[in-house]
Amino acid sequence: MSEVVSNLLYTKEHEWLRIEGTTGIVGITDHAQNLLGDIVYVELPNVNEEVDAGDEFGTIESVKAVSPLFMPISGKVIRINEALENEPEAINEDCYGDGWIIAIEPFTMDDKDMLLTSEQYETYLEEEV
Amino acid sequence: MVEFAGWEMPIQYEGIMAEHKHTREAVSLFDVSHMGEFYFEGKDALQNLQKLTCNDVSRLAIGQVQYSALLYENGTFVDDITVYRLGEEKYFMCVNAANTDKDFAWIQSNLSGDLKCENRSAEIGQIAIQGKNAVDVLKTMTSEPIDTIKYYWFMEIELCGHPVTLARMGYTGEDGYEVFCQREHTAEIWETLMEKGKPFQIAPVGLGARNTLRLEVCFPLYGQDIDDQHLPLEAGLGKFVALDKASFLGKDAVATQKAEGLQRKLIRFALDVRGVPRPHYLIFDETANVPIGEVTSGTSSPTLGKGIGMGYVKIANSKIGTKVNIQVRNKMLPATIVKPPFVVVEKT
Repeated sequence: MSEVVSNLLYTKEHEWLRIEGTTGIVGITDHAQNLLGDIVYVELPNVNEEVDAGDEFGTIESVKAVSPLFMPISGKVIRINEALENEPEAINEDCYGDGWIIAIEPFTMDDKDMLLTSEQYETYLEEEV
Repeated sequence: MVEFAGWEMPIQYEGIMAEHKHTREAVSLFDVSHMGEFYFEGKDALQNLQKLTCNDVSRLAIGQVQYSALLYENGTFVDDITVYRLGEEKYFMCVNAANTDKDFAWIQSNLSGDLKCENRSAEIGQIAIQGKNAVDVLKTMTSEPIDTIKYYWFMEIELCGHPVTLARMGYTGEDGYEVFCQREHTAEIWETLMEKGKPFQIAPVGLGARNTLRLEVCFPLYGQDIDDQHLPLEAGLGKFVALDKASFLGKDAVATQKAEGLQRKLIRFALDVRGVPRPHYLIFDETANVPIGEVTSGTSSPTLGKGIGMGYVKIANSKIGTKVNIQVRNKMLPATIVKPPFVVVEKT
């Protein structure tokens, strides 16, 4: 059973969003990293790039598959997790912690309908799987 | 599990990376029962196999295996195969699962003379045991001198009291064996190998690692690296084509290509930067402006920790050491053409 953390928001594409003040931190869920398997490469946007909710902002590659990353919110990329360049496996090992992907600030929730609570995401996983 | 050529196959058990490394370090079991098996027997078996396959079957001793291919008249691949000589006038052929029906129909349409040819793919199971501890595991199950079997030779022995054909070969580059048995005995032999293999760290491995393992040692995969669009010389498989043999299907086309010279060639490349090449990505020249070919197989090498792949490029750009670029989505990733294999497996 995949781990779902409470107090985060989720997308149906299996990204998570953690809100820390005016910053939004984005990563992929335990379910997503399980599906992908061994992650070997993460392609990230540039710092200061403006991204919109629903946009493809990067790509994640495992040995077996390529998967696009979608933005849950709109805003400016203020940080990317540079450690993933040399240790992409951090996403497999700690997807909600050291495996975070990008930070957005300021951000706006343009499309609130695409964001699920942890309970809604758990239900979605049960129905989907 | 995924569906592959009508078979339910495991992609992975523990994870591709872990299974791959495990095979390189200890010993792994692969259920490859999906592979097809055809039996040839009779006075004209040899003569027919000489016509059907591009390698020279007359060089095979009883107990020996040969890598070969079935070619269309235009020289392209029907399939790549292995031929086993079981007796004076008795052989079997192992073919790719996805091609079993196509191959058998093609073979039947080209048979002549006094022989029996049977498709026993549904009756035959196959288990590959691969890795440096494979010999030790099998030794717990037989007193036959299986450690003396040479590479690409086989013995007919018993495992769990059932007759099997035990061939020293595989698709991983490691030392190991492939076990052909009756389908109904496959599960018992698998479970016994798993049990007896425990002290030797045996583990089951899926299709995902089978692909990364074969790619590291540059074994071609039908449907990706070789197919009905390419000929054996361009694929670098010239040593398996016996052009000195009287005649075989596809011979004239291969000889013509040899005489005229190759236009393109299957190369192996390693990325100079991080990234993962995948089938169908385009290959560009050093300037990244001129397309020169296409990736046929690619992955992130678990042993080397970098992107590796194969693909056909124009002959002028095919020399080892040549700098090329692989188009990965909207980026050009620099790569270098390298000498195969990517990973050299040390056998004791």
